Amino acid sequence: MENEILKEVTESEYKYGFITQIEQEYAPKGLNEDIIRFIWEKKKEPPFMLEWRLRAFRHWQSMQEPHWAKVQYPPIDYQDIHYYAAPKKHQEKPKSLEEVDPEILKTFEKLGIPLRERERLAGVAVDAVLDSVSVATTFKEKLEELGIIFCSINEAIRNYPDLVQKYLGTVVPYTDNFFAALNSAVFSDGSFVYIPKGVRCPMELSTYFRINASETGQFERTLIIADEGSYVSYLEGCTAPIRDENQLHAAVVELIALKNAEIKYSTVQNWFPGDKQGKGGIYNFVTKRGICLGENSKISWTQVETGSAITWKYPSCILKGDNSTGEFYSIAVTNNYQQADTGTKMIHIGKNTKSRIVSKGIAAGYSNNSYRGLVQISKKAANARNFSQCDSLLLGDKCGAHTFPYIDVQNNNSIVEHEATTSKISEEIMFYCNQRGISKEDAIELIVNGFTREVLNNLPMEFAVEAQKLLAVSLEGSVG
Amino acid sequence: MNVLKIENLKVKVNGNLILKGLNLSVNLGEIHAIMGPNGTGKSTLANVLAGKPGYEIIDGSIEFDGKNLLEMEPEERAREGLFMAFQYPIEIPGVTNANFMKTAVNEIRKFRGLEPLDAYDFLQLMREKAQLVGLDPSFLNRNVNEGFSGGEKKRNEIFQLALLDPKLAILDETDSGLDIDAIKVVANGVNALRTENRSFLIITHYQRILNYIVPDFVHIMYDGQIVTTGDKSLAYELEAKGYDWLKNGNSNKN
Repeated sequence: MENEILKEVTESEYKYGFITQIEQEYAPKGLNEDIIRFIWEKKKEPPFMLEWRLRAFRHWQSMQEPHWAKVQYPPIDYQDIHYYAAPKKHQEKPKSLEEVDPEILKTFEKLGIPLRERERLAGVAVDAVLDSVSVATTFKEKLEELGIIFCSINEAIRNYPDLVQKYLGTVVPYTDNFFAALNSAVFSDGSFVYIPKGVRCPMELSTYFRINASETGQFERTLIIADEGSYVSYLEGCTAPIRDENQLHAAVVELIALKNAEIKYSTVQNWFPGDKQGKGGIYNFVTKRGICLGENSKISWTQVETGSAITWKYPSCILKGDNSTGEFYSIAVTNNYQQADTGTKMIHIGKNTKSRIVSKGIAAGYSNNSYRGLVQISKKAANARNFSQCDSLLLGDKCGAHTFPYIDVQNNNSIVEHEATTSKISEEIMFYCNQRGISKEDAIELIVNGFTREVLNNLPMEFAVEAQKLLAVSLEGSVG
Repeated sequence: MNVLKIENLKVKVNGNLILKGLNLSVNLGEIHAIMGPNGTGKSTLANVLAGKPGYEIIDGSIEFDGKNLLEMEPEERAREGLFMAFQYPIEIPGVTNANFMKTAVNEIRKFRGLEPLDAYDFLQLMREKAQLVGLDPSFLNRNVNEGFSGGEKKRNEIFQLALLDPKLAILDETDSGLDIDAIKVVANGVNALRTENRSFLIITHYQRILNYIVPDFVHIMYDGQIVTTGDKSLAYELEAKGYDWLKNGNSNKN
């Protein structure tokens, strides 16, 4: 009987699956030192970047793809991917929105991304990245008045090379892991943020990533630096067209919070998850890490993961400064044949450091949803505290939820707490809701919203509404 | 006018025939009590009416308000005005009573062509109905039935009944497990909700709730059928003689 209620598979369509017809320029498929030089030349970067990229590439060649995550996929042929694709008209980033290809503007409009100045009321500054290049950044002048730098990472490399050189790769070195090394070698764009001392960024900064070209990997790089006493809230969104091949997305995000600074980083990840049979979809192999470098600094990650065929992602905090705080709030939804292995690492180094982990995993269909987390408290991290809450909700009996918490405490005056629950939308609950006039879809939405409320509350308002809708769509039809 | 008309209903559960040709007619505004020993099919009848999955209808028909009930999904039945107070109300983790009932009320309003209630109007309505069954307003922010006492769960069922304003309310052993004070609270709630536009089907093992809710008809169910129908005095007779009286075959009163 339980099978009966749950056997119907999702009917929901991925509504961002359209393809924009724009002329693209590609690098030839494959990866070698010439391709890296090609990217470097295309991006007109200073010489230090070529060296850095080549070192990363050589290191990558000595590495093996990691297979410890609870995900399965056929081998990836790294020589069968384009490592660079750009809309032809935008070899150079357009100087103003008027110069942007109208087809691209239409694409972002379809996605509901406010690129035009008339959208000022939305109060969000946006950097839009299509395939390998950043196509538009809004509100730049207004932010410049405050000394805030918000631009594509490519512009930052050219215009603020000292700042980039000082911080790039300091949180996620290219030696960190296979995908981070690959990203370091070939990344072509992404976003850069610098908030000067004592400045509270007055608006949400947002980057929107879109993979459009086929057989192309997207390797963006984001670097955010919050100088002493500053604050920034940053949002990241992503979508991709429906294609029946798998596409690789291997991003690196580095956050640096200096003394008394706070960075809030929110993601709503909605890459194409593959179809109902599990064909196609994005492989999302992302390294995200922040360092609380100064005292009293704070980094907070909030993520809503609904898309991607495979998610391999552990936004982490290194709590180096004394009294610093790290937070991780996560909702990961998997349906059909999606696989997610996600969680966080909280590395306590400074004294009195605190971390909080709230992870909500929802699995439906034939999917697998794993939480993997590490809480490490070093010898020096006196009086450190951690609280972790990992909850799983199962819809059906063909899906799986798994929790892999690793705890490593090296002193004896710290407190680490871990709580975990697994629940299921049972047939009884469903019938009770139905008997009150609530349809199956609405019942799931109601229960999922209740289940995820604590995390949704951490998202900026507009984003939270979006995320709530997205959760409903992702699970549509998952209970028959 | 019939609100419910059941003819020759035969139902199997896990391959066993539980209802064996049951007939019952309920007019609008009437209160019917169904009594009978355990395992005789009373709760099966309630669940079949509400559309719970897992019951195999072998034969017979059920008309609800002139429509074929058996063709409707459980949520459609609820929207058409059929309400069941559960014998064992379900806990829903993470969902507050307020959110749960707001969703339910607005689904039913939508079906009836009414505008959804906004948060303010809904809160007013909830407070008013909560008073009817003596529930503290703070319970509105608690999760549905989570950590509720037995009495609170049953009162919550009557509270939901009041909010959803059904044509037919089925109370499936709402009195079981309640002390006499809690039974009075439940009964007072039902009496306050008794109107000429609403019928009740009160399923019970014991006569005592009928001291507080006066039924128009009492049916006695035995071995998957209604074997005797009478007025409220039948309940007293049953109480006095016990269910063994039925087993001895002295039950063909009509």
